[in-house]
Amino acid sequence: MGCICGARGRENPHLSRLGEILDKHRNDAGFLIPVLQEAQDAYGYLSEDVLEAISTEMSVPLSQIYGVTTFYSQFRLHPHGREIIKVCHGTACYVSGAEGITKGIAEELGIKVGETTKDRLFTLESVACLGCCSLAPVMMINKETYGRLTSDIARGVIKKYE
Amino acid sequence: MSKNVKKQEAGNQGHGTRKPSAQIIIGLGTCGIAAGAWDVWTAFEKELKKRKVKAELKQTGCIGLCYREVLVDVVTPRGKIAYGNVTPAMVSRIVSSHLIADKPIEDWIVLGDGYETSDTDFLARQYRIVLRNCGQIDPEVIEEYLATGGYKALEKVLREVPPEEVISIIKQSGLRGRGGAGFPTGRKWEFTRRAQGDKKYIVCNADEGDPGAFMDRSVLEGDPHSVLEGMLIAGYAIGADEGYIYVRAEYPLAVKRLRIAISQAREKGFLGKSVMDTPFSFDIKIKEGAGAFVCGEETALIASIEGRRGMPRLRPPYPATSGLWGKPTCINNVETLANVAWIVSNGAAEFAAIGTEKSKGTKIFAVTGKVKNSGLVEVPMGTALREVIFGICGGIKDDGEFKAVQIGGPSGGCLPAELLDITIDYESLTATGAIMGSGGMVVADQSTCMVDLARFFLDFTQNESCGKCVPCRLGTKRMLEMLTRITRGRTRDDDLELLETLARDVKVASLCGLGQTAPNPVLTTLKYFGHEYDVHIKERRCRAGVCTELVTYAIKDNLCKGCGVCVKHCPVDAISGARKEVHHIDESKCVKCGLCMEHCPFDAINKV
Ligand SMILES: Cc1cc2nc3c(=O)[nH]c(=O)nc-3n(C[C@H](O)[C@H](O)[C@H](O)COP(=O)(O)O)c2cc1C
Ligand code: FES
Repeated sequence: MGCICGARGRENPHLSRLGEILDKHRNDAGFLIPVLQEAQDAYGYLSEDVLEAISTEMSVPLSQIYGVTTFYSQFRLHPHGREIIKVCHGTACYVSGAEGITKGIAEELGIKVGETTKDRLFTLESVACLGCCSLAPVMMINKETYGRLTSDIARGVIKKYE
Repeated sequence: MSKNVKKQEAGNQGHGTRKPSAQIIIGLGTCGIAAGAWDVWTAFEKELKKRKVKAELKQTGCIGLCYREVLVDVVTPRGKIAYGNVTPAMVSRIVSSHLIADKPIEDWIVLGDGYETSDTDFLARQYRIVLRNCGQIDPEVIEEYLATGGYKALEKVLREVPPEEVISIIKQSGLRGRGGAGFPTGRKWEFTRRAQGDKKYIVCNADEGDPGAFMDRSVLEGDPHSVLEGMLIAGYAIGADEGYIYVRAEYPLAVKRLRIAISQAREKGFLGKSVMDTPFSFDIKIKEGAGAFVCGEETALIASIEGRRGMPRLRPPYPATSGLWGKPTCINNVETLANVAWIVSNGAAEFAAIGTEKSKGTKIFAVTGKVKNSGLVEVPMGTALREVIFGICGGIKDDGEFKAVQIGGPSGGCLPAELLDITIDYESLTATGAIMGSGGMVVADQSTCMVDLARFFLDFTQNESCGKCVPCRLGTKRMLEMLTRITRGRTRDDDLELLETLARDVKVASLCGLGQTAPNPVLTTLKYFGHEYDVHIKERRCRAGVCTELVTYAIKDNLCKGCGVCVKHCPVDAISGARKEVHHIDESKCVKCGLCMEHCPFDAINKV
């Protein structure tokens, strides 16, 4: 991470959308997490540039921002695939064979959990519970949830996104 | 079906001025959508247009019969009939037979007046207070909530009941927190009301982090106004003018429906300045979580709303005296709040008449895993565990054998068949070593290894430990290591003893509820399934065939036809055999991936 004194901010056209987000939350108490969430929605992940700009503009030490981003599993500090596959490994999914689903997808895509395919199409993740336990095993691709999976169904769903 | 639902249905019929001859209502909760509800919706749209049938297409939340999703209600003058497991291919017949020819398709009916089906009992044996509207109304239309008597309880308290008296109604009802700890709700409100402070907050805890629990999601998606009304009444009672709902990041649909509900409530004057033209003002904001289980703990949740790392702190001071931004704050769970309007409308005595001496009212359980009918079950406190799992949910899937039920999520415990006759209430569950928790019930059959399940939970809690206190941060890690060794057949002599001692230490020494309850799955499996640990340690076997390093794959001579499918799928060439002759697995090469077993067309391969 660079130092926080540099006034890299809105002059960077890449960061103009961030400016809008910051303006919206400028007067909110507890703005940091919503700002990070919206910035991540806008840019896909939280780059150093973005974090530094938030720090300077909102007068929050970069160390504090880094502390928050690394605490919550939702925040990403690195680019990820276009589609994020979250395979549920919650209790209901676990006893219904989540391991097999993940294994099948990992084989299909040739990556491990936490990795992104070379073509940057897919990132494979494992999550705790998607709240859809009665259809276990379950996975979520972006905001779509798929239930009653088998390894083959899961592979089929992924093909739709290729 | 309980009388609440009946009452509500009668109300529904009276509502609406323009009434088309028929309605098709599709369950569009997250579970319905995951099962393909939008495809069914589109199919109906097309079919109705093609056949030129006049019927209103509507949505509703989750009724809790998740095992029957996609659910479609068809309402005609003959009444309401629900079809289950609906696919787009079934739509044209439903339209032509039921809507056009007025002949319901009996084979597909799951619920309907005058029809006795295998699903009738699932709802008939429940008692629905919190879920009264879920799956009955359109959650995005405030008028439908109003037609069930919605916001009447709020109006009543604002106009007729002083705040102190509202608190005493809730105290008399005996309502206890549904978020896990079971603290009496009325007393919590009283503490917050009495606390010194010019500004006070209500926080609705919708973080629902326990894997296996989804009742809060269903209520938020299916009946968001009941939660808002509960918050408003709570706000009035404790003297707060602002509320937050902290929803977990994995629930985008719940957030969307809450936003719609809040803006509709604002438009109707239930939220904002001078609620219903009284001096009471109240507004609600949504905060989305960012993926941290520990943020369900109240002090961590507050830190998270304030924009910090969600780490719990020591209590006291309790949030009731010093909470959000140091102000008195009352934190209640979604299900707790969804009870409030019902209690005000129906009276404390009616609520207190349900349940046991110390646990009043009902509780929702999310029953999942290896159970036939998985879904949401709301029953009076004190109902027997057996009634929930076997009576309502129909017992074990695929005629398997019941092995254990895991209650209360990662903080809960695993109970064996011998305890199926205990009643479910806060005290009796705690006595077994499990806890009520949020009400997740994951049922396991013989295919689940209890040692592995304990390891699974420890893996979860160890991952989610925030790291602030040593017993939880390091204790769970060491416990996980021991459990991993046991499941891999690399046990050290004193592991079991050490595991139990450490589990007890972590329980007493941890800072927050996460660490204090994390050992529960380990302690309960040791207590009730100790023999499985023994088999793992002494015989180096996993009878359930889950712990990979303790199983071997073998081909059954009498079933193998020598087709060669396994040979093709084996990634390490460990299988050999001439065509049409019995094959063999070379154990020294086998990596135990299980692909051969998965693909064998004759079920000739098993794990021993
Ligand atoms: C690790 C941990 C996780 C928790 N998660 C939740 C949760 O997801 N939802 C919830 O309502 N309460 C949760 N709680 C309990 C809350 O701290 C708090 O007791 C509860 O929200 C109070 O509401 P109630 O009195 O209505 O139950 C959790 C507690 C701990 C220790
Ligand atoms: S355990 Fe997988 S969705 Fe809940």
